[in-house]
Amino acid sequence: MVSGHFRFRRSGGEARFAGLWDAIEWPAIVRMCTMAFSTMVLTAGLANSAWAEGNISAQRQQELLYLLQQDCGSCHGLTLKGGLGSPLLPINLAGKPDAALVEVIMQGLPGTPMPPWRFLLEEKEAAWLVWALKTGQTMKATP
Amino acid sequence: MKFSSLMAITLLIVPTLAADQAWGQASDQSSPNATRGTGDLGLVIERASGSLLVIETSERTALGRIEGLGDLSHASAVFSRDGRYGFIFGRDGGLSKVDLLARRLVRRVVQSGNSIGGAISQDGRLVAVSNYKPGGVKVFDAVNLDLVANIPAQASDGSGLSKVVGLADAPGQRFIFSLYDAGEIWVADFSDRANFKLHKYPNIGELPYDGLITGDGHYYIAGLFGEDGMAMLDLWRPDLGVRRILDGYGRGEEKLPVYKMPHLEGWARAGDVIFLPAVGRHEVLVVEPGSWREVGRIPVHGQPIFAVARPDGRQVWVNFAHPLNDTVQVIDVPSLKIIHEFKPGKAVLHLEFTPRGEQVWISVRDADRVDVYDTESFQRLTSLPAKKPSGIFLTARANRIGL
Ligand code: HEC
Repeated sequence: MVSGHFRFRRSGGEARFAGLWDAIEWPAIVRMCTMAFSTMVLTAGLANSAWAEGNISAQRQQELLYLLQQDCGSCHGLTLKGGLGSPLLPINLAGKPDAALVEVIMQGLPGTPMPPWRFLLEEKEAAWLVWALKTGQTMKATP
Repeated sequence: MKFSSLMAITLLIVPTLAADQAWGQASDQSSPNATRGTGDLGLVIERASGSLLVIETSERTALGRIEGLGDLSHASAVFSRDGRYGFIFGRDGGLSKVDLLARRLVRRVVQSGNSIGGAISQDGRLVAVSNYKPGGVKVFDAVNLDLVANIPAQASDGSGLSKVVGLADAPGQRFIFSLYDAGEIWVADFSDRANFKLHKYPNIGELPYDGLITGDGHYYIAGLFGEDGMAMLDLWRPDLGVRRILDGYGRGEEKLPVYKMPHLEGWARAGDVIFLPAVGRHEVLVVEPGSWREVGRIPVHGQPIFAVARPDGRQVWVNFAHPLNDTVQVIDVPSLKIIHEFKPGKAVLHLEFTPRGEQVWISVRDADRVDVYDTESFQRLTSLPAKKPSGIFLTARANRIGL
């Protein structure tokens, strides 16, 4: 199961950037359905920080923000304006469903340097990161 | 007898003291106006605060700070050949020229939306910057940072502009770089500054993510993220084109997740072999240049980021990607064994040796510290406070090809 998602998939030239959708493999879709409940909660809940904060301790939130800036930032830029990885500013993510972004963070984008974070993050933490990205939390926090 | 010898000693001592005092004054480290050389100076990038710490490695102190350089995440530096000026390439597209002696910003231009690194030409008169956005290379006059050339990285297959990575200087007034999205290597020849010539090598493989040139300027190697191998251009025989080396070094096995891209500039040549961080494998590869035969691989603590040779080539020091980035390992070159491992602290981002390798300077980002270690005893000699330090660059780089 784990190894199935490690497999290195090569994506063609232009397809690479549209990678988000191509990269979601069918088993992943199935898994997404099985987490339909949490997805619904997420989509409803991501909009308000109260939900996110309620599930993740204040200290952990600080750690996640730091991770976002420093470690996601090593590819996406410290200010998340983009680098080797695409820009992750609110405007770049606005139209993208939360569940799909959570999926990208947890599973990575095979065939690109975007790594799977499921070995280091819990799903609810990835969901919190998506909320933080969409609402521009790192722009508010001072490094 | 006694008296005269005492006199002699006094006579000897007095001039020495006087000379000492004069010397001490002239080299007063705290004054930016002091007359001093630049061979023991360096810069530490303070990535979050957009500042630089000016350091010196003789007394191991910080001389001062230069501020106002913008977003310095992933920033790097090259030096003018007199070691006085540093050119800093910031992530926000800023190119800054700083004076290490006067400790001030000389000039700063924001030349793109998003840049990744740079290089200085063989003659020291041109500074090139590689950009992610808009993808390409811009070349500037090293004196006043006026634009000399703009090279948009249009992919040969017409798919548009590509991010540029792995920019290095090469002998013959050349700059060499890789196109990440397009999978190409380009060589820009500036021997005629007004009419530079471009040589393109398409189809080198998928997703080159960084590149290095060997210290003799002979080989350029691009790491490929999208393939199990690397791309090599022999700059003494460019007619042979780009060749694939270390094909299948991952043996087709699944990659481990890479939470930070390895840096190839740190690829180390030590003795007769080159040490390369593997991608997606917790290994350092040992390769013989020329034949490009793999002569060994050393299992290490995590995904290696930098594998840097001590200047004498006797040791290679390695740091690692998140989340194993609190550790440094030291490889003994003759035996290819790890002889030392230690944990300087969370987020060890970079290491830099003094020119002859008796000390190594290590940035420990999360501890807001730069540590200095003795490379024989492995004892910590001192620590300096620094704000979220990342890259450490010493002026000795001014005189080395590819740095
Ligand atoms: C080693 C480099 C690297 C690191 C570290 C990294 N990413 Fe990425 N990420 C990428 C790349 C490259 C892409 C773009 C892939 C493509 O070409 O489509 C990407 C894409 C994404 C996307 C999809 C964006 C979109 O608009 O579709 C999201 C979301 C994302 N990353 C979040 C994160 C988060 C959150 C972290 C930290 C927990 C992180 N990334 C760390 C390299 C990285």
